[in-house]
Amino acid sequence: MSKMLMIYPDRCTGCHNCTLACSAFHDGEFRPHTSRIQVTTWETEGFSMPTTCQQCEDAPCVAVCPTGAMHADPHMNRVAWDDVKCIGCRMCTLACPFGAVVFETARRRIIKCDLCDGKPECVAFCPTKALDYIEETDSARDRKKAVAVEFKKTFEEVK
Amino acid sequence: MYGWIGCYLRIDLGSGTVRKESLPAELARKYLGGRGLGTHFMMTEVDPKIDPLDQKNKLIFAAGPLCGTNAPSASHFDVVSKGPLNGTIAASSSGGIFGPMLKYAGYDMIILEGKSVKPVYLWICDDVVEIRDAADLWGNTVPETTEAIRAATDEEASVACIGPAGERQVLFANIMNECGRAAGRSGVGAVMGSKNLKAIAVRGTGAVRVPDIKAFRDTVVRASAKIKANSVGGQGLRNFGTDVLVNILNELGGLPTRNFTDGYFPMADKVGGESLAKQLLIRPRGCYACIISCGRATKVTNPKFAGQGEGPEYETAWAFGPDCGIDNLDAVTKANYICNDYGMDTITMGSSVACAMNLFEDGIITTKDTDGIALTFGNVDAMMEMVRKTAEGEGFGKKLALGSYRLAESYGHPEYSMTCKKQEMPAYDPRAIQGIGLNFATGNRGGCHVRGYTISPEVLGQPVKMDPRVTEGKPALDITFQDLTAALDSSGMCLFTTFGLGAEDLAELLSAATGLNITTEEFMKIGARIWNLERLFNLKAGLSAADDKLPERLTKDPILTGPSKGLVNRLGEMLPEYYKLRGWDAAGVPTKQTLTDLGL
Repeated sequence: MSKMLMIYPDRCTGCHNCTLACSAFHDGEFRPHTSRIQVTTWETEGFSMPTTCQQCEDAPCVAVCPTGAMHADPHMNRVAWDDVKCIGCRMCTLACPFGAVVFETARRRIIKCDLCDGKPECVAFCPTKALDYIEETDSARDRKKAVAVEFKKTFEEVK
Repeated sequence: MYGWIGCYLRIDLGSGTVRKESLPAELARKYLGGRGLGTHFMMTEVDPKIDPLDQKNKLIFAAGPLCGTNAPSASHFDVVSKGPLNGTIAASSSGGIFGPMLKYAGYDMIILEGKSVKPVYLWICDDVVEIRDAADLWGNTVPETTEAIRAATDEEASVACIGPAGERQVLFANIMNECGRAAGRSGVGAVMGSKNLKAIAVRGTGAVRVPDIKAFRDTVVRASAKIKANSVGGQGLRNFGTDVLVNILNELGGLPTRNFTDGYFPMADKVGGESLAKQLLIRPRGCYACIISCGRATKVTNPKFAGQGEGPEYETAWAFGPDCGIDNLDAVTKANYICNDYGMDTITMGSSVACAMNLFEDGIITTKDTDGIALTFGNVDAMMEMVRKTAEGEGFGKKLALGSYRLAESYGHPEYSMTCKKQEMPAYDPRAIQGIGLNFATGNRGGCHVRGYTISPEVLGQPVKMDPRVTEGKPALDITFQDLTAALDSSGMCLFTTFGLGAEDLAELLSAATGLNITTEEFMKIGARIWNLERLFNLKAGLSAADDKLPERLTKDPILTGPSKGLVNRLGEMLPEYYKLRGWDAAGVPTKQTLTDLGL
């Protein structure tokens, strides 16, 4: 069984509690600029979308990493990296289709989601369950149910 | 410093000089930030007697020590100035992202001085602070300005700006940030307009630090759990927004109706939060670090009032709704969108239209005054047209742009203006709720509900239920709420966290963020200090005990219908005790002893 970080943008209020919790956990300070999860907001439309590393199975960042620093970590169902092997070439940044990995020279480090080693802080602090850490094969359950609820309502109206 | 950044900006718009100054630790502890710190600088650097729209007035944007942390709903900053609507000390609070962004950029506060000769905007990105030309932005609405500035600076910049109303110095112009959040009251947008400052855009990549991140996390988790467990803070506000109050207040008979000629509106439900959730709500929205999500992303599809944006809040739904005798939620919401886009306070806007309708119905003004429009209560088209005219600075709208007091006074009937200290009261009828009447009358920026929200105990039973109809115990209640709110505003917290949190929780959060040992007693004393400092500013500005009053209508004319029929406010029973408990003399002036005790 493997867990994944599930995102429900329809529930997101744009509050950034995820970015705050992320930077507090990893950096010991509130610096959302370097949070591993980011939120894009369309204010007038009232829509927000959190994005972060999708922990790809065939991860482009792993494929392009010349030193093997970036690697699959099947035990945690994530893509991990080895700071010692990292040469700071930023090929991972170039390759990632989600914009989910960057390199920070000032602290000489990769900034990417590590799922907080299995207890994601962003999930713990999300006030609306727009983020969930869930068995990957169960991850679409809520979506299915939401469709079913809507169908039920309509069905009962026309019955 | 922990919590605070320890640095603020002082910008002279006249000469274009930008200075970075350090924030003395003792001052930070004495006034925290936001409203308190801003008021301190206004008091020490500005003559309270100046014309608020003169360049000698200052405009201060100040965040609090909790702002930028993940303390629940700690996103608030205050805009502090001398307010042009009524000449009192103005501190207008707003959420959104601006406050935290300012701190990530490395500043607790911005003090703006003087006046630019031409329209400008500020671009702050960490160490870089630029005063940029805003000629092309002048005349633009809030969303247009926000979009244009982001295109010119950074797409993630937080933009606090004025709309055309602020440029024209509409006396209740606000400052909008993130398009839908407002430093709404007292006309701080007009001060910004008078300085030719269109906007402040800020992006910060730095950090806010606390002394022990793990201990801080524990404190935050405890505080958040209390808010989540609270019926209002946990679920009520998210599901229905602040507009949930329409039905609650109406059922009490405390929903001011048709310019406070009544306190009960039978069709109220049509503009209430439940109807809003069913008809227009897209989804709840939250400010930065918010766990409450009272914000409303809404969409109106009715072609006559079509639009999309933020709101309405309860006060807005009331001002354009029951206060104008209107029950059309689409129209009310559209009026809200127009105010957001042009940058106007919805309470004073709606209440000024209601006042004009009252004057019209009583024959004091006619269609000759109102550009041919029959301003009768319940006339949706007339209300919409008046909002548009005010926004565009056209015809009778120019009179409405001065607020209801100057409007009614110009026709020889100031008693038609439902204001305290010339600022319009919000949506709670003091005849049905005694304590809120005392709060409106003693409010340091005039009629205002967010200076001491006694509605919590008097109506909502939070934290304990108090009888709204009695006056006993209300002076002490008001003082507690006023002091707590002053300290809370200065911390960077949202007022709605008090649905779950008390002074002890707020003091604990502050201590955990700053590393100082701020006790509950010190927290409340900071609040009292700020309240008295605001009072001193107003007294020096020329206000006196004679201004601590309610419109005569509320103390003499009983509510006509509904559950509170026959009631009036009994301010006279409460005010002397209030002065005494405050440590003020009979003339409403803080005694020497009081000031010494508070370190003033």
